Amino acid sequence: MTAKIITVTSGKGGVGKTTATANLAVALAQMGQRVVCLDADIGLRNLDVVMGLENRIVYDLVDVIEGRCRLKQAMIRDKRFDDLHLIPAAQTRDKNAISPSDMLKLGEELRDEADWVIIDSPAGIERGFRNAIAPADEIIVITNPDVSAVRDADRIIGLIEAEQKEPAMLVINRLNPEMVQRGDMLDAEDVLELLAIKLIGIVPEDENVIVSTNVGKPVALDEKSRAGQAFRNIARRLMGDEVPLLNLDFKEDFLHKLSRVFK
Amino acid sequence: MADWLKRISGQTGSADEAKERLKLVLIHDRTDINPETMDELKDDLLKTISQHIAIEPEMVKITMLHEGREQRLVADIPLKHYDRRKIG
Repeated sequence: MTAKIITVTSGKGGVGKTTATANLAVALAQMGQRVVCLDADIGLRNLDVVMGLENRIVYDLVDVIEGRCRLKQAMIRDKRFDDLHLIPAAQTRDKNAISPSDMLKLGEELRDEADWVIIDSPAGIERGFRNAIAPADEIIVITNPDVSAVRDADRIIGLIEAEQKEPAMLVINRLNPEMVQRGDMLDAEDVLELLAIKLIGIVPEDENVIVSTNVGKPVALDEKSRAGQAFRNIARRLMGDEVPLLNLDFKEDFLHKLSRVFK
Repeated sequence: MADWLKRISGQTGSADEAKERLKLVLIHDRTDINPETMDELKDDLLKTISQHIAIEPEMVKITMLHEGREQRLVADIPLKHYDRRKIG
């Protein structure tokens, strides 16, 4: 079995890379897949807390690369799924501790350990980003429907093209259907038209994401959450299933109905 | 939605403005061509073409179009119109 390596990146910080990485990993594990997720954000470790595994860390990514431990020793087993593992980032080093060729080598080693390797990229367009995409077979660019996130996503997509990687896939995160309907938020269609890459999912804004992060239990495990459903759908699309996009229409308010009457 | 309704419901429709602004920003980001460079390019083009054929410099339009992720420089250069009767 040889794993597919997927890197989640965005350019801009705070758009939901770590949340998406944790949730895709959990959703794939839920489907019985063997998954390793890797936090490549050296110095700003976070995937561990989002997944609720922060108390289990002994070794990290840099320890593996510098040969202080074996690969398996740095793979922390998830509490919920036996076949889900996390390789945490080093917290006391920086992105220059490793190189893209280190990551390529590690990626090749990980291919034997899982069906999927999901890499959480740091924000930015420099060394950390290049490290994170070096071993990727496919790249997911995540953005929010706002001007700065879309602009940075476009920059990142250009850099991925320049690296001659497979064209990136887009996830639009934190879409607020109510604001879209009001005309105060870019719609998924607008973002797609601007960025012109393949869409693999739209995740609605959902308070449950914060709640789930508070307790270290990714929202994809919450059957009722809309965001959780959206992440589970993306995981299914990665598996090759055809899954229609969520219907994000919210109930029309009174004024909208009124406006249709007067049109 | 009707404009008056938009006003009383406090709608601003700021998404349209966001999209238009992004369109322009992305063109410059992708090509690294700012308006100044575009003007220089236009001047150079006009100079070169004028050496060979007579054109209407005021009516020349040079724009950057984008289709998908491809950028395209489009030049619309009207030739000078001669009144054939005067030329004889």
